[in-house]
This record gives sequence, structure tokens and C-alpha cells, in this order.
Amino acid sequence: MSILADEKTRLVVQGLTGREGTFHTQQAIAYGTKVVAGVTPGKGGTRHEGIPVFDTVHQAVRETGANASVIFVPPPFAADAVMEAADAGLPLVVCITEGIPTVDMIRAWEFLEQRSTRLIGPNCPGIISPGKCKIGIMPGHIHMPGRVGVVSRSGTLTYEAVHQLTGLGIGQSTCIGIGGDPVVGTTFLDAIKLFNEDPDTEAIVMIGEIGGNAEEIAAEYIQEHIRKLVVGFVAGQTAPPGRRMGHAGAIISGGHGTAAEKIRAMAAAGIHVAKSPAVIGETVASVLAGSSKFQV
Amino acid sequence: MKIHEYQAKQILARFGVPVPRGEVAETPEQAAGIAERLGGHVVVKAQIHAGGRGKGGGVKVAANAQEAREIAGRILGMRLVTHQTGPEGRVVQRVLVEETLPVQKELYLGLVVDRARACPVFMASSAGGVEIEEVAAKTPELILKEAIDIGVGLLPFQARRLTLGLGLPADLLGQAVKVMIALARAFVETDASLAEINPFVLTDDGRLIALDAKVNFDDNALYRHKDFLALRDLNEEEPLEIEAGKHGLNYIKLDGNVGCMVNGAGLAMSTMDIIKYAGGNPANFLDVGGGASAEQVKNAFQILLSDKNVKAVLINIFGGILRCDRLALGVVEAAKAVRIDVPVVVRLEGTNVEQGRRILAESGLNFTVAANMKDAAEKVVALAS
Repeated sequence: MSILADEKTRLVVQGLTGREGTFHTQQAIAYGTKVVAGVTPGKGGTRHEGIPVFDTVHQAVRETGANASVIFVPPPFAADAVMEAADAGLPLVVCITEGIPTVDMIRAWEFLEQRSTRLIGPNCPGIISPGKCKIGIMPGHIHMPGRVGVVSRSGTLTYEAVHQLTGLGIGQSTCIGIGGDPVVGTTFLDAIKLFNEDPDTEAIVMIGEIGGNAEEIAAEYIQEHIRKLVVGFVAGQTAPPGRRMGHAGAIISGGHGTAAEKIRAMAAAGIHVAKSPAVIGETVASVLAGSSKFQV
Repeated sequence: MKIHEYQAKQILARFGVPVPRGEVAETPEQAAGIAERLGGHVVVKAQIHAGGRGKGGGVKVAANAQEAREIAGRILGMRLVTHQTGPEGRVVQRVLVEETLPVQKELYLGLVVDRARACPVFMASSAGGVEIEEVAAKTPELILKEAIDIGVGLLPFQARRLTLGLGLPADLLGQAVKVMIALARAFVETDASLAEINPFVLTDDGRLIALDAKVNFDDNALYRHKDFLALRDLNEEEPLEIEAGKHGLNYIKLDGNVGCMVNGAGLAMSTMDIIKYAGGNPANFLDVGGGASAEQVKNAFQILLSDKNVKAVLINIFGGILRCDRLALGVVEAAKAVRIDVPVVVRLEGTNVEQGRRILAESGLNFTVAANMKDAAEKVVALAS
């Protein structure tokens, strides 16, 4: 099984007709994702890449039965796109856009609190359930179906970890990039809870980075409530304080949000921490080898 | 984006936060003139993007205009070293000359975004004048907090709760509430990522004033605050970082000797980490973007090689949708366009990796092709030392 995205996902692409939207939609379709609609205000009634385009998400949902959305809308309009998708009642919204003002995301977050939509991102690679459905910009073919759930704040570092896993013959149930911004819709904690409820996810890989304390919050919960195997990694052990390391949310401020703090919290919670990015896959393999109930 | 104290005060004043009377000076003569207008007794404050200016000798009181001229003469052009500047310090280009105030009490007011709750949080403390991180570590009970609903802003009852919690007398309630609401409005409406008044002072004559101020902006929101772009002070930034920014590259200069070029922020940070594990020190953080186009790789080479500390370069690229063979062609093309006089270790992983490695090996360029991240780090550290 998998979480959030699977064969039943019917995707609407917000910003389908743009360059990024077009390219990644082609990739998603090639992977087997059911893309049923696109939304570009003003282009309703046309077709793009063979996909019907609508002016609003509401129309797209009504006409096509879409149940998830992916957003490739430029930053000034992306928070509005998130709220439009939520207002149309979509249970899952994945926002790829990087560079959305924090204040806009806080407004969207408040709007989402009144609704039942789960937002993934923004500033994220998206979500993939290998062999079933790909929503986002990750390279599909490096993944392999299996029983390890992956959750990460990063893009290429996640691909790196997934590639290591696949290379070792360890498949993934679902991989979620939660995004590198300070305010994101789905946190480590949310993703870990979902993986914990999924009977076919047997182990979880959590890839954090400097900034904020989302890793610590998740670690605390893991210690109390999670009996599945958890492997962790934290990027930015050599990052200087006070500087944003590429991601808007990756900053050590006031001495807090350091990799050392996060690694300490993870280790204290019984999470198996990979020492270097080169051994994330190996760490998962060795942890699984030590667990009799797990079959690769 | 960071701005200077005098700029932060101008912005906060626009929202109704009371600040001391003062002006900014770039010469001792200007400083003397301002002091004259302010009645003689002034404080002269170095304007750099770092805290701890007082301890570093960048803030001095002058009794009259002549003294203000002398003090400004000493501070302007000095290399001010504080605990936030690093040992190299910053050259002071401007001073803020302000009236002095009879301070009865020093408080703290500040706003940041609470990531977990996804809202701005207003903080107030009776322990003003010291760094809030220090207060948080030693006496966290002295920091009062109110979460802000961004739709309605800081509400009067919340501001009253904070005011009373600070131990301010009830006759100051009206004044304090007004300042707090103004500060909260400024934070949201300017898209700030940090707004701090420290110290926020109560004067002997019962006025509440922002004696110091610090505001940082959310870079993602600068597109809708075009007027803030003029507040940027390039003297406060690393020249190579400014250059990298022009090409849309995320580059941060560090003090090691292994230059790094990586696609993606998380992978870039981990590449720095693994260089450290291998016994070396990264010269920089550099994210060429997920796609790592040939043009960006070329720009990145130029930036990396301008850093004279760089003794070897590690290129670590995960080719996903963009295949490794294409990436390798891009790297070779870029390398040929730039004169490279240090060893380069390349680690490619992902789709078509074999073809990619072959292209690098057969390019005739002096590339060391690494098998994996660990191997790459060890090789590049050995070459750099």
C-alpha cells in the first residue's frame, strides 16, 4: 500500500499550460499518473497535451472528478491557487512552487485549517507512490515499490537517498518531500503519523535539515508512539549560523535549529541516525537486517 | 534581507512606533551638524548589519557637537569587530546620530514567525537590553508570547496582557498598546521575517521609545516592496555572493579550501558535511539548481574559481530527470569555457551515469571521476591539501 497518492488519484494540474507544468505533466503521465484536468484562468475550454483545461479548479473537479491537485503557479499567485484547490474540496494539494512569501503561506494555512485539505509543500519535489502515482518533479524511475516510507525537506538529497535504497533492493511505499520553506502544509510529524497508520509501510526514513524544530517535534512523537523502524539524517552539520542555506527555511537563528540539536533529539528518540549522506541506504539496510519481521 | 538600524527605525516610525530624534551621517561634519540641531548631547551609533556594536566600540555618547564630530571621525571607517561579524569585522560607512534619552527601564519587543503554529508570534520581555537568545536560555519565564491571527493582527487585549505582564504601570497601557499594535502591523505589512526593538525603553518622563531596532525582510516577498530594494547595502555583503546572486545561484562563501558545486540545497549542505567528515573544509555552499544547466555550471565555475582559497573543486550532481550524460556534456562545455587551474573531482549519480562518467573521462580535461559521495569527498580533500 501507500499513503495519500495511489492508483485512485485523479490529478488536476494548476498551471498546466506553463513550461514547468507542461513538462512535469508529461513526465507524470509517462509514469502512469492519471492526469484528468488542467487549470489556467482564461484558457478554459481548450485542450493542452490532450488534457482538458478549465478556468477554475471548481469546474475541473465538477467535470472530471479530480481528487488531487498539483500546483506549478508562479510565487505571487501560488497561495491563492492553494486556497482555490482547498475551496474546491480537494483532499490533497501538492504545491511545487518555490519562493512564496511566508505571509501568504500563513494566510493559506489559516484558510486550510477550516477545511479538510492536506497540503504538501510548498517548495517541494512532491509525492510519489512508486509504481502507482507520481505527483511532482522527482525522477520516477529511481524509485521502486516497497515498504519503506521516505519523508524529507529536500529534493535532490531525497533522490540521492531513494537511489541508494533502490540500489540495495529496498523499495518505497511512498516518498514525500515536505518542502524547504519555514511554513509548510505537511510536517514531519504529519507524515510520520500517516506512515505509522499504513500497514504496508514497515520502516520510515526521515531526512531533515537545519532550521526550525520540526525534526525535534517529530522525534518526540516517535519516541512516544512509533514502533516502526525509523532512520534519520540531518543535512547542514557544517552550515554557518545566521545564513539561509538555499532553502528559505534552512537557517540557524539565535543558536537554534542546528543539525547537532536535531541529531541529538533523533538519537535520544531511538531513531537510527545515518552519520553521512553516503550511508543513508546502508543504514536502512542494516537496521532492516536486524529486524526479523521485515521482508525486503 | 537585512537593513540598518536607521532604516528600520524610519520604517517603524512610519507605522507609528516612536523612535528617538536623529539622522544618519557619512562624515564627521554631518555628524556635528546633526548634533547641533539635536541640542548637542547625542549618541553616535555605527551602522553595520551586526549586533554587539556597543561592546565593539561602535556606540559612543557625545556631550556636544565638537565631541560628536570627533567620535564620528573615529567610528567612520573603522573596522568594527563584534561577536556577529567574525574576526574580519565590518568597515563602518555611516553613523546614526541621535538624541540621548533618560532611561528608566529597558524592555524587549520582537516578532518572528512560529513555524510549527504557522503564525507570527509577538514576544515581550522585561529583560531588555540583552540578547533575547540569552534571556531564552537563562530565564525563559521572562519572555511573554502572543500568537497573532494574521487576519486581525495583534489585538488590543493581547497587547494589554503583554503590557501588564511586563510590569508597566496601568497609566502606560494606552501608549504601550498603540506601539505594540503598530509594531505587529509593520511586521506583517512589510513582510518582515524578524522585527525587534531592543531595548524598548521607558523614559524618566514616561514615554515609551524604540531605542534600537532591527528588521529583516522575507526575500520571497521583496517583489512587492520595490522601495525596499534601495535599502540594500552591498557593502555589507560578500562580493562573490552578490555576483552569484546576479546569476540566480545560491552561493555562500565559507572559509575552507574545497569548492563545492551541487544541485539542490539539501544535497549541497550534505556535500559540505561529507567534506568535513573526510577531514577537509568546504570553501562554500553552492546550489546550481535542481536541473544544473550548462550555463549555470559555467557561472558556478567562475564564482568558485574567483575564491583564491579554493585549492580543489568537488562537483556533486544527482541527475534525475536531466540525465547524467547531458549533465556531463554541460560540465565539459562549461569547463572548456573557463580556465581551470585547480583539480576537479566529479561525482555524478543517477540516470545514464555510465555514459556520463565516460564523457567526463574522455573529455581530455583533468577531471577525477569519483565512484560515490564518500570517495569523492576523500579524493577532493586529498587534492586540496
